[in-house]
Amino acid sequence: MFRTALRTVLAHKARLLMTVLAVMLGVAFVSGTLVFTNTLSDAFQKSSAKGFDQVDVAVTASVPQDEGNRINKTPDLTPALLDKSAKVPGAASAVGVVSGFTAIADKDGKLIGGGFQSQGGNYWGAEDTRYPLVDGHAPRGTGEVLIDSETARRAGYKVGDTVRISVDGPVLTPEITGIFTTDDGNVAAGGSLALFDTASAQKLFGKPGTYDEIDVKAKAGTSQAALKAGLDQALPRGLTETTTGEQLAADQAEAISSQMSGLKQGLLVFAGIALFVGTFIIANTFTMLVAQRTKELALLRAVGASRRQVTRSVLVEAFVVGAVAAVAGLVAGIGIGAGLRALMGSLGATVPDGPLVISPGTVGSTLAVGVLITMLAAWLPGRRAAKIPPVAAMSSVHARATTKSLVLRNTLGALFSATGVAVVLAATSMDGSDGQAPMGLGAVLLIIGVFILTPLLSRPLIAAAAPVLRVFGVSGKLARQNSVRNPRRTAATASALMIGLTLITGMTVMAGSLQKSIDKMAASAIRADYVVSMANGNELSPDVEKKLKAVDGVTATSPLRNAPARIDGSTESLTGVNGRAIGELTDLKVDDGSFKVSGSQVVVDGDTAKYRGWKAGSDFTVYYEDGKKQRMSVAGVYEGNDMLSGILLDSTVLTPHQTDPADMRVMVKTADGATDAVKDRLEKALGSNPAVKVQDKKDVSNEIAQMFTLMLNMVYGLLAMAVIVAVLGVINTLAMSVFERSQEIGMLRAIGLDRKGTKRMVRLESLVISLFGGVLGIGLGVFFGWAAGELLGTKMATYELVLPWARLSLFLLLAATVGVLAALWPARRAARLNMLTAIKSE
Amino acid sequence: MTTASIAGRTTAVAARATDLSKIYGQGETQVVALDRVSAEFRQAEFTAIMGPSGSGKSTLMHCVAGLDTFSSGSVRIGDTELGSLKDKQLTKLRRDKIGFIFQAFNLLPTLTALENITLPMDIAGRKADKQWLDTVIRMVGLADRLGHRPSQLSGGQQQRVAVARALASKPDIIFGDEPTGNLDSRSGAEVLGFLRNSVRELGQTVVMVTHDPVAAAYADRVVFLADGRIVDEMHGPTADSVLDRMKRFDAKGRTS
Repeated sequence: MFRTALRTVLAHKARLLMTVLAVMLGVAFVSGTLVFTNTLSDAFQKSSAKGFDQVDVAVTASVPQDEGNRINKTPDLTPALLDKSAKVPGAASAVGVVSGFTAIADKDGKLIGGGFQSQGGNYWGAEDTRYPLVDGHAPRGTGEVLIDSETARRAGYKVGDTVRISVDGPVLTPEITGIFTTDDGNVAAGGSLALFDTASAQKLFGKPGTYDEIDVKAKAGTSQAALKAGLDQALPRGLTETTTGEQLAADQAEAISSQMSGLKQGLLVFAGIALFVGTFIIANTFTMLVAQRTKELALLRAVGASRRQVTRSVLVEAFVVGAVAAVAGLVAGIGIGAGLRALMGSLGATVPDGPLVISPGTVGSTLAVGVLITMLAAWLPGRRAAKIPPVAAMSSVHARATTKSLVLRNTLGALFSATGVAVVLAATSMDGSDGQAPMGLGAVLLIIGVFILTPLLSRPLIAAAAPVLRVFGVSGKLARQNSVRNPRRTAATASALMIGLTLITGMTVMAGSLQKSIDKMAASAIRADYVVSMANGNELSPDVEKKLKAVDGVTATSPLRNAPARIDGSTESLTGVNGRAIGELTDLKVDDGSFKVSGSQVVVDGDTAKYRGWKAGSDFTVYYEDGKKQRMSVAGVYEGNDMLSGILLDSTVLTPHQTDPADMRVMVKTADGATDAVKDRLEKALGSNPAVKVQDKKDVSNEIAQMFTLMLNMVYGLLAMAVIVAVLGVINTLAMSVFERSQEIGMLRAIGLDRKGTKRMVRLESLVISLFGGVLGIGLGVFFGWAAGELLGTKMATYELVLPWARLSLFLLLAATVGVLAALWPARRAARLNMLTAIKSE
Repeated sequence: MTTASIAGRTTAVAARATDLSKIYGQGETQVVALDRVSAEFRQAEFTAIMGPSGSGKSTLMHCVAGLDTFSSGSVRIGDTELGSLKDKQLTKLRRDKIGFIFQAFNLLPTLTALENITLPMDIAGRKADKQWLDTVIRMVGLADRLGHRPSQLSGGQQQRVAVARALASKPDIIFGDEPTGNLDSRSGAEVLGFLRNSVRELGQTVVMVTHDPVAAAYADRVVFLADGRIVDEMHGPTADSVLDRMKRFDAKGRTS
């Protein structure tokens, strides 16, 4: 039987080509993802491990738990502890490390690196083996700085240049006194590193006289474990923790691989979608092959092959096809993996060097996926093949498309769809996160239901297109009738396209609505002309607000100053605001009481009030981080949003209790409103700091829009694979149709349908199938987008459904384009058909 | 002379092949399917083309009907020389001037009987001549089957639909390729009867390829082909006379 199966595969090479391509694309996606993420995580791990070479044991402060109404302070790593560490037996040297966010501007004033990877630290001196100087000398004071060689190279800085640097607010303009090299993993990944002398770093990062970490080096012959034991004994218990360099490297590797596995899983989901779409094409192809070979298979049964043998022969065929496709996909995937790395490099993200990692796991799992998916999809057609009665060998006509009643199928489909719709609708009335699981379940049920129902839906939906098709005369009429001749096949083909479009549409609708609502929230709740914040979301120094307040034309400012506190034995975040100005800067809806922030009067948002059981007039005791307590009363309850939530109190009340006050944002109101001149003045006041964003409402909207556009584009890119696979499916179906109907096409040509008309007929059929899938997909996508929005709406007061009509029509156009493109080759084939052979063929 | 019996009508030539040759392959493997064949098909005449397998009878019909290309010589349908036509013009010629009846019925299963009959006019974008259509439909006896699809019709009924389709557009000439090959003798006789009636009563021109002497006997004239050449011609044939003539081919085949 194996030989028979193999021969059939070879005999139907062309027919199987699309199937192979479909499987191959999906498999390539899987293996590309695996190769890319493995390579990346391997390279990052190696480079970060190198960064820990210089540390044998790291001493850090142990972070205490908050208990009762007390916020426990993290102990300081003092110079005394550093001395103690250095003197532990087995220790060669100890280095105090201070670090923090440090943005460096390039020569055009732009931030180098993404903002998140801009690091600063302290230079310990000539014995600092972590950062060997290659040029210049050690820095002294805040007027001098060292930068890493990679950043220097990228920005074109050299020793003696003045550079603009920002730590948490006002800009610094130190001179570069030296350039160093480093194995630091962050730098290897494209970040920047600036080093000050230790005292300056401590001052700049808000930790005068203390360290973040003490790195101890062991003497030759002392193991890391022995050194750690020594340190544990020498250092005060409960205040410090020690970790060996090996452990640090391992922890880092763990963190990197868990980050990578998130990326990997995300990409694999999309690969899975592409493969899922591919199964429709595989099933379609094998159904066709079995139908075409009815006589042959019946003959096999007649001469004594068992049902199982017939099924097996189809599965062996699927195995061969799957294996060929999987191997091709694996090779293509390795290429994709390598290409992605190169692409990332060219997009500016520095990826550490490393070999391409093709693990046996990657090879094994991709091959298994390719073969299993193909065999699974061919299983049903295989079973159908086994049911062919031996007598079919004698009948002259080969089996028609299955005309088995669709009653059972339709009932099942209706059941699934109805349940799916009901569950989704029920979920929309649930509360936020409670509704997520039922919503997902309902969506899956509905999609399955619609799948099952597509053959039924194809007739009325395609009939609706009749008036348009009538314009194209006979070609249009025949195209419409041909497209519903084999409803199952049309359905499977259209479904493949439907999945991709459902996801694309759903995402677009949701993203559009979300963007609009976030935008509206930001716009409606804020009256300030400008919001000032750090590019990476870090905190601003209180100096920023002082400087802004002094700018000409500024009428009101308020910080959003966060501080932890304990209330009733649990942690609560307080936000200090300018009590007199906040009413002028925001426009928050007050549900209860009055909006009054002054002294012991505070306002709280609805969620917090509900959680704490407060209403206007409630009293509570707050315990600040310095251990002091204060009696507060709730003046009003407001509707919170993305920017403002929780307990708002006057910053003059809060700040005395803080050791290191810092602001998340500063809101600014000016006399003239938002103008370029004012913005310019504000930016200048902060020294044109590259790390600080001064945004008016429009900038905030644009930023939100940009974020959503980026996300959508990524999703589009990833779903493109599923659409390409669907196109292959349409090509395949049309090729089959043309092949099956070659006799009819030959007759039509003989009685006077010209090549153009023949081509048009095939093209229109393709268009009808594609648009059918497109309409279903867009319809489902809009429904899911709406439903998911309803769910989100419970959490977001400003949520409203936005239907991006232009986009939706674009998607329909995309479906039509898919149809036209897919028909190119089959239509050509139909037009070129040799009439005489076609008419005689049976 | 059979032509004398329709002397009242015009005896112009509907289709003519002159020195028609069709050669497949080259050199050693060259096969001559038609060897300088000249033949005329007069208007309102029913001609049968007969000959043993491989004699070139189907090839002759295909070439004259504009379905196949030829190597040399000329074919005229009415005043139109086929040799110089491009595919598009040939298609238009077939659509407007020629009707076809195939052995395997060749109806579109998605269309009703009536839609199948009017298909050539639909392709051309013309309206069918209602009166003529009624005449044709009445003649083939399909009036009560017009809404049926081919799968609901018997083989004989399907071929009657095909005959009606060929007649409906009033072509200059109808070609039939073994039109009774797939039918039982009773249905076959019906179809041949319609074809003969269309010639006698409607003045249609019909050329039919067949290997069945009984079918050939319905024709006004039989042309015999062997080895790509016209070897004989018979007017007013009967089944017996045709059979006798065919037997001579067999004998010749056996002795040579």
